[in-house]
Amino acid sequence: MFHAERPEEAADQALIAQPSYHASLREGLFAPARALFQNISVSTHAHPPNVMRIDGVSKAFGGHRVLNGISLDVPKGSIHGIIGKSGAGKTTLIRIAGLLEKPDSGLVRYEGIEPPVHLLRGRALLEARRKTGFVFQSFNLFASRTAGENVAFPLEAAGWPHAKIRGRVAELLDLVGLSDKADRPAMHLSGGEKQRIAIARALANRPSILFSDEATSALDPETTRSVLGLIRSLREMLGLTVIMVTHQMEVVRRTCDTVSVIEGGTIVEQGLVSEVFTTTRSDAARAFLKEDHDD
Amino acid sequence: MIDVLSLLIQPLGQTLLMIVVSTLIATIFGGGLGILLFALSNDRFAGARRGALVAKHVADRVINMLRSFPYIILMVLVLPISRLIVGTSLGTIAAIVPLSIAAIPFLARIVESSLSEIDSGVIDAAISCAASKRRIVFAILIPEALPSLISGLTLTMISLLGYSAMAGVIGGGGLGDLAIRYGYQRFRGDVMAVAVITIIVLVELIQFAGTALANRIRSSR
Repeated sequence: MFHAERPEEAADQALIAQPSYHASLREGLFAPARALFQNISVSTHAHPPNVMRIDGVSKAFGGHRVLNGISLDVPKGSIHGIIGKSGAGKTTLIRIAGLLEKPDSGLVRYEGIEPPVHLLRGRALLEARRKTGFVFQSFNLFASRTAGENVAFPLEAAGWPHAKIRGRVAELLDLVGLSDKADRPAMHLSGGEKQRIAIARALANRPSILFSDEATSALDPETTRSVLGLIRSLREMLGLTVIMVTHQMEVVRRTCDTVSVIEGGTIVEQGLVSEVFTTTRSDAARAFLKEDHDD
Repeated sequence: MIDVLSLLIQPLGQTLLMIVVSTLIATIFGGGLGILLFALSNDRFAGARRGALVAKHVADRVINMLRSFPYIILMVLVLPISRLIVGTSLGTIAAIVPLSIAAIPFLARIVESSLSEIDSGVIDAAISCAASKRRIVFAILIPEALPSLISGLTLTMISLLGYSAMAGVIGGGGLGDLAIRYGYQRFRGDVMAVAVITIIVLVELIQFAGTALANRIRSSR
């Protein structure tokens, strides 16, 4: 239940009521908050509390080992990138972290929830899922619903009364800048709009962690930049922690505070983005850096 | 001609009664069974558990068995069941029982395959919205699969129309019975022609309505 205690919550509410504030957020004028993250260490004993801790997680599919004892701590309020080539295990990792898949061994913990979340079932599992939002590469909007109804679904599932759902949906659509698209069938939106709706849907239950699995990989460079900008500003505004999987160095460089480089199911390098890609020790990280320069 | 048309009225009513009621029954039970089959085989729902695998295996065998019976034999075999359920083994009402029994596994397979075609990413999204499995099925999966479910229901109704032509064997009447008794046994070619044409028109109407409805839903998305 820790998000009820978040002091930012009341502030969020106040801010959401001010459209001009949103406009400035979308421009990304948040240098002071960014400075806050310069000192975060990714070590296990980091001082800002870890919103999520993954401890020795392994996973195999049909005898093929995809993850090999992965550990990862993500401090509250940070944007953590997980970068790796296809097949490195990054999608499996984020699916396990985001409760879409169970690990074969190891622990997944969320702040304030006991026991480790991967052990939860039934109602307790649904409650833990309400602490998370998940956005996908292919958006995965519900074609049978309008944009607004897509955003409403998590609220319906949480048992909100209809009148309150309407207000919250309007708030969320405003947050992602799509208030005018509420009644559009989801499939009639552009790619960027679909991902913004997917983000609004993911944030409906006021989660603490937003998981993003290649959220911008299906978008053109300009839309990618605007969606990444939105994610950054939402982090500032809502105090979110964001964990994003990507294969694009550009995405990590532009958006993340810290990064894990994953290869062959293990994390080969981890740390602040600025450090990992200046003093690379692993070949994998170097490969990404090279690719970035080639671009 | 008037005489032929007056012969047509009662059998047409019997045929419509048989296919409408058995379609409704099949929608409830076959639909439910189809959802169950889907849930038992999908690892997002119950799929990975041992009990689910066993249950799915048993359900598959029973459904395949029911579907492999020639309908005329199924109809005779379920006579005792008809007597148990509707109190008689003869007549139009009694004929609804074997029709429903044939339609339930048929529709169950159609529902199972319609639901299985839904992109697994959409199911992941629904799961990540912290919805219960029941809500995911009824609020997301069925609406997502609706055009395909309607096409399947159309198919089921048309099959039932074909099966219902055999209802005469157990005194169920209907258009097929009219065609056999008057058209064939009494050499009334005109009655035969009218009965067959009526069946063709019914098939066209059902197909037209089903396709139009499915397309309308698809195009509104």
